[in-house]
Amino acid sequence: MYIIVIGGGRVGYYLTRALLDEGHEILIIEKNATICSTITEELGSICFRGDGCEVATLEEIGTGRADMLVAVTGDDEDNLVACQVAKHRFNVPHTIARIRNPQNESLFKKMGIDVTVSSTNVILEQIAEEVPTHPLTHLLEIRHKGLEIVEIKIPPDSGTIGKTVKELPLPAGSVLSLIIRKARKPIIPAPNTTFKAEDQVIAVTNPKSEEELRATLRGE
Amino acid sequence: MKVVIMGCGRVGAWLARSLDADGHSVTVLDIDSYSFRRLSFPRQLPDFKGTALVGNGIDQESLRRAGIEQADVFVALTQGDNRNIMASQIARHIFNVPRVLCRIYDPLRQELFTSLGLEAISPTTVFAQILKERLVS
Repeated sequence: MYIIVIGGGRVGYYLTRALLDEGHEILIIEKNATICSTITEELGSICFRGDGCEVATLEEIGTGRADMLVAVTGDDEDNLVACQVAKHRFNVPHTIARIRNPQNESLFKKMGIDVTVSSTNVILEQIAEEVPTHPLTHLLEIRHKGLEIVEIKIPPDSGTIGKTVKELPLPAGSVLSLIIRKARKPIIPAPNTTFKAEDQVIAVTNPKSEEELRATLRGE
Repeated sequence: MKVVIMGCGRVGAWLARSLDADGHSVTVLDIDSYSFRRLSFPRQLPDFKGTALVGNGIDQESLRRAGIEQADVFVALTQGDNRNIMASQIARHIFNVPRVLCRIYDPLRQELFTSLGLEAISPTTVFAQILKERLVS
């Protein structure tokens, strides 16, 4: 694939190295001359000096034949504009933007950016997983299907303990996929499986039912 | 009408003061409070009596504090083309402001985002045109 990376900072640099290892054709667009020459020294002539938000620059580097454009500068506005120019002027099939302010996610989606990655949210989720009292953790979002995989812990004093799966009124669209119990093999939940304290339940749900699912499983 | 202006540079301050003098309700937003000196100087226009607010126009919270939800007009006038574009798209698509104006210096970007539905003006082409008209007439 021909992949254009906008921004040669740390994220852009390590992303490019990983993508090169996978055998893709990569071009980094970077404004700063010093960063450009460092990348060229270390990775070969794969860095183009210019403004990745400018139509002229993108024209020059053959964006029309790119399969993907990834905008990973430190500024949300630059990433947003680069992706929109790529999408609407050069019909790049796949645009991916890094977001610093998680609030901007809905705007990027509305403007037609295919995928957004919010470093703040990723770090937040990682922290949440490490906090033992956190009631619900997002493990994975299944894009374009409106589904997500979450983990919910059953607290030691929950009203759910001792109940079976079929006794719980799960919200529509939520499916329990796995129960992880201390020192045991993971269990695939059957209608008669009984919940125990400290169970980690992995479920497929959607953002709308997520709160209800959490409350039902934790017996709140 | 209620107007929110992002960017209190020469153009932003001038526009704010002259709309304010005409009796409109104006709020100016800038990330640097030092820019607000332009609201009282030079003296050609009366002093600004509207609201001057420190805040980032591409942050939805700052825009809310500036009263964007009640605004009839939003104008993006910072030095950054991309910041202006993003703020205008937030005003239009998140807050549904009825009229949104946006300055984009780069003529190619101005053309593209006009075709995507933004009311965008490029001072570059406008000013070059004025100069040309003076020179050849």
